Amino acid sequence: MKVDSLFILLADDDEDDCIFFRDALQEIRAKTDLTIVNDGSQLMQYLDNADNRVPDLVFLDLNMPVLNGINCLVEIRKKSRLKELAIAIYSTSSSDENVEEAFINGANIYIQKPNDFSVLKVILEHVITLNLQYNTSGLKKENFLLNINNIKSDEVSKT
Amino acid sequence: MKFQFKYDINLACRVILQENLDKIGIPYEISGMTEVQFKGHVSHEEFRKLELSLKKYGIEIIDDPKSVIVQKIKEIIKEIVYLEEKPDNSKISAYIAERMNLSYGHLSKIFSEVTYTSVENFYVLQRVERVKQLITEEKLTCTEVAWKMSYSSVAHLSSQFKKTTGLTPRAFQSIIERRNSSGSSSSQLQSK
Repeated sequence: MKVDSLFILLADDDEDDCIFFRDALQEIRAKTDLTIVNDGSQLMQYLDNADNRVPDLVFLDLNMPVLNGINCLVEIRKKSRLKELAIAIYSTSSSDENVEEAFINGANIYIQKPNDFSVLKVILEHVITLNLQYNTSGLKKENFLLNINNIKSDEVSKT
Repeated sequence: MKFQFKYDINLACRVILQENLDKIGIPYEISGMTEVQFKGHVSHEEFRKLELSLKKYGIEIIDDPKSVIVQKIKEIIKEIVYLEEKPDNSKISAYIAERMNLSYGHLSKIFSEVTYTSVENFYVLQRVERVKQLITEEKLTCTEVAWKMSYSSVAHLSSQFKKTTGLTPRAFQSIIERRNSSGSSSSQLQSK
């Protein structure tokens, strides 16, 4: 159960969001490796290549060119090789329909993109440690659902 | 044909363990949920072979002492969650310390170091996991679950559930049901 570095894959076409994400990830306690792809088809190409390391956690933007987040999600869940893969939707939207659609199609986590760097840090820390628990404590992956939205920066100091 | 199933993860693990241990042919005892004691000498090669064959099932042999402690704490917490008569919330730390025969401060420090989360958080997580199981697999109502899991009230259960998952128990139930009926769930086996 040794905790080696976790492999995180981010699929997002917005360059600023990617940088923001990468910087926040570097500041959390768990050791991580990050790979970034810029659209859905790049993501599927990456995941379909059996030589590539399967990520511990995928962050998926909903609104991407070519193949959007929900399409990717549906494709991923069809593949038995990727059945255990934890998927976090990472989106500016937090509408109930989007959240529900994502969960029903097999997402584990839904995160509304925060604007505040410290909030993002706290969210990533939380999501990554929780994912680790699901992988190391025999918890049922099918019951892994986490919805994070509307977190204000003043709530962050409490966690 | 499509069918739904449920399983007992502990039983599954035990059977896999027994089958693989039997292959070695040295007497052993499974002492506790995650501990095995050999009653004879096991050669290095045999041990390596066991380690490899168990790895296939996601069962890993732990040799780091801190990880062993963390694993034991996790087992105790899981036990508590399944107990009919649970110790009071305020006495969980004392209960764990007594069972481990080590100070709670020491234990909780090691736990956070290895898992990046606290013993308290892990307890809440396990409790909520059990609630999820009870409302989806056993189809219990929140009132029944609150009673069974020694929550002081349904409101307390709902708020802990919401705080941990970001969803209400009702929303969680409905998502799992709709996943199962749409056939996109990974909890289904498909066969032709």
